[in-house]
Amino acid sequence: MLYDVTLRIDYTYSHPRDQTRNLLRLLPIDIPNLQRIPEWKLALTPLPSERYGFVDFFGNNVTSAAWHSPIEEVKISLSFRAERLTEPARFMMSPDIDQLGHVLASLRDATPLSPLHFTTPTRRAPIETVMTNFAHDHLAPGLSALDAVQAIGRAIYTEMTYSSDATDVDTEALDAFEKRAGVCQDFAHIMIACLRGVGIPAGYVSGFLRTFPPPGKEKLVGVDAMHAWVRAWVGPEVGWVEFDPTNNQFAGTDYITIGYGRDYDDIAPVRGTMRGVGRQSSRQSVDVQPVEA
Amino acid sequence: MTRKGEVMDQRTDSGAASPILKGYEPTQGVADELFDRDGSLRPVWRPFIDTLSRLSVDDLTDKFERGKQYLRDAGVYYRQYSEDPLEEREWPLSPIPVLLHEKEWAQICDGLSQRADLLEAVMADLYGLARLLGEGHLPASLIAENPGWARQMVGVPPRGGQYLHFLSFEIGRSPDGSWLVLGDRTQAPSGAGFALENRMAMRRIFPEDFPRAYTHRMAGFFENFRDALEGLSSFGRDRPHQIGLLTPGRANDTFYEHLFIARYLGMLLLEGEDIIVQNGEAMVRTIEGPVPLGLLWRRIDTSFADPLEFDPDSQIGVPGLMDAVRMGNLAMVNALGSGVLEARAMMAFLPKISRVITGEPLKLPNIATWWCGDDSARSYVSDNADRMMVAPALSRDLPFDSNSETVRGAEPELAHLLADPAPDLVGQEAVTLSTTPNWRETPDGPRLVPCPMTVRVFAARTPRGWTFMQGGYARIGPEGDPTALGMQRGGSVADVLIVSDKRVPEPAGPPPTTGPGDGRRVRTEAGALPSRAADNLYWLGRYIVRFEDAARLLRAYHLRLATTDTPEDPILALISNFLDPVGIDTGQPIPDGLIQRLLWAHGCAAKIRDRFSTDGWFALNDLVKTARQMTQTARPGDDAARAMSVLLRKTAGFSGVVTENMYRFSGWRFLSLGRGLERADTLAAVLETFADAKAPESALDVALEVADSAMAHRRRYALEATRETVVDLLAHDAGNPRSLLFQVREAEMLAEGLPNARTADRPNAIIRELLPLRTQLEIGTPADLTTKALEEVRATIANASNRLANAHLR
Repeated sequence: MLYDVTLRIDYTYSHPRDQTRNLLRLLPIDIPNLQRIPEWKLALTPLPSERYGFVDFFGNNVTSAAWHSPIEEVKISLSFRAERLTEPARFMMSPDIDQLGHVLASLRDATPLSPLHFTTPTRRAPIETVMTNFAHDHLAPGLSALDAVQAIGRAIYTEMTYSSDATDVDTEALDAFEKRAGVCQDFAHIMIACLRGVGIPAGYVSGFLRTFPPPGKEKLVGVDAMHAWVRAWVGPEVGWVEFDPTNNQFAGTDYITIGYGRDYDDIAPVRGTMRGVGRQSSRQSVDVQPVEA
Repeated sequence: MTRKGEVMDQRTDSGAASPILKGYEPTQGVADELFDRDGSLRPVWRPFIDTLSRLSVDDLTDKFERGKQYLRDAGVYYRQYSEDPLEEREWPLSPIPVLLHEKEWAQICDGLSQRADLLEAVMADLYGLARLLGEGHLPASLIAENPGWARQMVGVPPRGGQYLHFLSFEIGRSPDGSWLVLGDRTQAPSGAGFALENRMAMRRIFPEDFPRAYTHRMAGFFENFRDALEGLSSFGRDRPHQIGLLTPGRANDTFYEHLFIARYLGMLLLEGEDIIVQNGEAMVRTIEGPVPLGLLWRRIDTSFADPLEFDPDSQIGVPGLMDAVRMGNLAMVNALGSGVLEARAMMAFLPKISRVITGEPLKLPNIATWWCGDDSARSYVSDNADRMMVAPALSRDLPFDSNSETVRGAEPELAHLLADPAPDLVGQEAVTLSTTPNWRETPDGPRLVPCPMTVRVFAARTPRGWTFMQGGYARIGPEGDPTALGMQRGGSVADVLIVSDKRVPEPAGPPPTTGPGDGRRVRTEAGALPSRAADNLYWLGRYIVRFEDAARLLRAYHLRLATTDTPEDPILALISNFLDPVGIDTGQPIPDGLIQRLLWAHGCAAKIRDRFSTDGWFALNDLVKTARQMTQTARPGDDAARAMSVLLRKTAGFSGVVTENMYRFSGWRFLSLGRGLERADTLAAVLETFADAKAPESALDVALEVADSAMAHRRRYALEATRETVVDLLAHDAGNPRSLLFQVREAEMLAEGLPNARTADRPNAIIRELLPLRTQLEIGTPADLTTKALEEVRATIANASNRLANAHLR
């Protein structure tokens, strides 16, 4: 599938901000056999005093931008074309979750793809007894890690209500879980917490979902903004799989990946600091159009 | 070999020869610093014990008090967490040092030097090719799950080539007399500054020829390190860059040390907000604009270093700092991510890694450690639980810390912990630490008691290799309890003396002391004043004068209150109405608003303690203390008036100490500008109210009192005060230091001395405010200075203050 994607994020500050500095994780990555980004453009207004790009540990494209003089707004405008390839068929053999621990212990690898980065609690995806118990309640004995991912993802989809009013960007996973409501970010963090709690390494994926579904299919949830889902490591044979608990499905060709992290903090679209007082407000709009071949 | 009987005899001998050792009985099977395994007094202690033995208990108590007094005078303190974060605790120095022979010390340092190189190699591997993981010498999970491992640093070479520059090692003596490494501090080791203060105190307690002349000096260590830092900062550059010490701020438990080291080494003491990063270059915000920074000695953990790339909640970091590191522009001591080496489980693998990397075993072993992620190690720990200390594998606590997460074999929790299959535990051999003499109160009076101890050793990288502080910092626990070494739970610290058989030559050059706590070592005040420091100095000046002026008004009020029987006295009402809008309630003898002004001043001063003398700091503390006490006792009228006089005298004392002794540098200018502008503003405000045409005539006397000019008025005019004479004296008289003109002139002169005062001979915005005002006051007459005109004067002063802030303080 070919997509043309546009994203606008506008920040407006109530008072001029001095020494604004942002890290943007917005440019999608190339993924061998899965995703190609043939062209992209990222425009920042006003023009930053400095701007450069680098690749972070997990392989994400990061844009560092700073404005040295006071500014009252920042407009971020991203457009790119993405080619999403059909995932090559994999032999879906996955060990029982009880066995996963031994497999992990034998790994000699702390490179970016290693599941060992994704086993321990992180700030946004802590391991909490209530969520771990919830996950266990939805697992049958002898379930493979892969099936467990699907079972837990389905359980979250079933139990949680999608609601953009229930939470905000800083809501903790546990709060959203207790409310049984939230947006894709909350769904993803809850699922990561559940998976880690039962011993399955899991991380956060930031990206986009196509705006209009293929003919005959329903419009998916989360298309009007940036999207987030989960990836989980289900054993050395299969490696990583990506599951979207907001829509109860594995992420396929409708999904465009920006990048990966242990949780939101690692792959937040915009991380920023500034000197000064006052409040900021932001607006976001997303459009993901399939390109007719 | 000595037979047992002889051992006893020897000890009795020593005891008899040295009454000071009466009752000093180390536990069987525990090594002791004073007595070796055979029970003989170690020779290195002999002369010292002889010295002690010549003194009575009273003499000793006097001596020890001298050390305490020194520490109090120098203002050495630490903070205890979990209580009032700003409460300062007395430094718990044990007056009995630990003595080690230079030969033994040389062996320790040789072993630790090897260990330091090993740690550097491991660090370089973990942030480079990670061969240790690939080859299975270190479990990958210990790194990937280690919160101290900074992914951001992978593949980022440190500026200058090395990751580690300043380390400390916690070592202890095991029962067989050999030394063991108990922990490595690689993130931001603390204690070196305190060690130096301990030494200063110790030299006051024991000025005797022994140990003083036979002890290796510590100062050289710092000099060498400072030179190494300068080399690293200017490495590959054609112009010098600043060096700073990055502190989390004054609420940190070891802030005193940060202050001390910065002052001692003449480096900038910086907080996160002092630094900005632009185009990958870290810079100090100064009154002259941003100045490039070449090196940061950080005393904050990696996770707080940069809110953009590490913990987003950090308030003490520098946004973009990682940019400067990534681009190779900023050297860090130590490199970000060095905390990864502090995980306790590392100890389980370092002995083998040493053989893998260097082909040699560790010269100085570390405490035996088993990582329970390995099944056989786990069962070993389980089977031998009674002689184990167990803790989370990634714990960064030192095993003998009182607040550590360690569970000891005897505790029932341990079996429970070990039953859990999660592999995140380590077991460490529960070694019994050696004991050293400590002076303690006992039922038979104070005497020497054997108490467990560990020693902290400091190492610094220089171009010629690792150099070690000659001496250290011993942590001492209560008798019989080796688990309470931390100061946070009643432990104490002691100086560690490295003693030679021969006299140690005095170092060349002048002695490095100019008095307690002051800038001990004169270095050129390199570079510009940080904006934050300037801001605090400026506001310190303003708040102190604001306090002083309010106190004068309150004194005027209470003096009149004492002599009037009409509470509706118009003058009293005038003063009350004047003070009320600025938050001072004349109904309170020592109003809260008055104390608040003082606390604001104190708050500013606390942030810049490195910039004025200890005497000044104590004078200010004393002022605050006195004022607070008075709120409990002062009664309206004469009593409150007297209280104000006391406070005014103490304020004059503080101001005198600070302004008299402060080097006439930019910092002094900002302090003086703060004082001057505040004073000018009050004068204008006071004249506005108390010399107003509608005010009762006797209000003029209040104006004279507030301006401390009643005497001058009498001498100059020899007649009743009129509006004309009072305004003339308080506004137009250039010879009166308490006049508006005098203050504005001073401020203008001070502003002329600031950076960028003039461009192509045109004065800057601050001077452009002050110059017309000065002229107006010089050529005008009291008749021109109407109440309305005074209002404009105040607006001009406010403008000058804002312009100053815009130009230099942000």
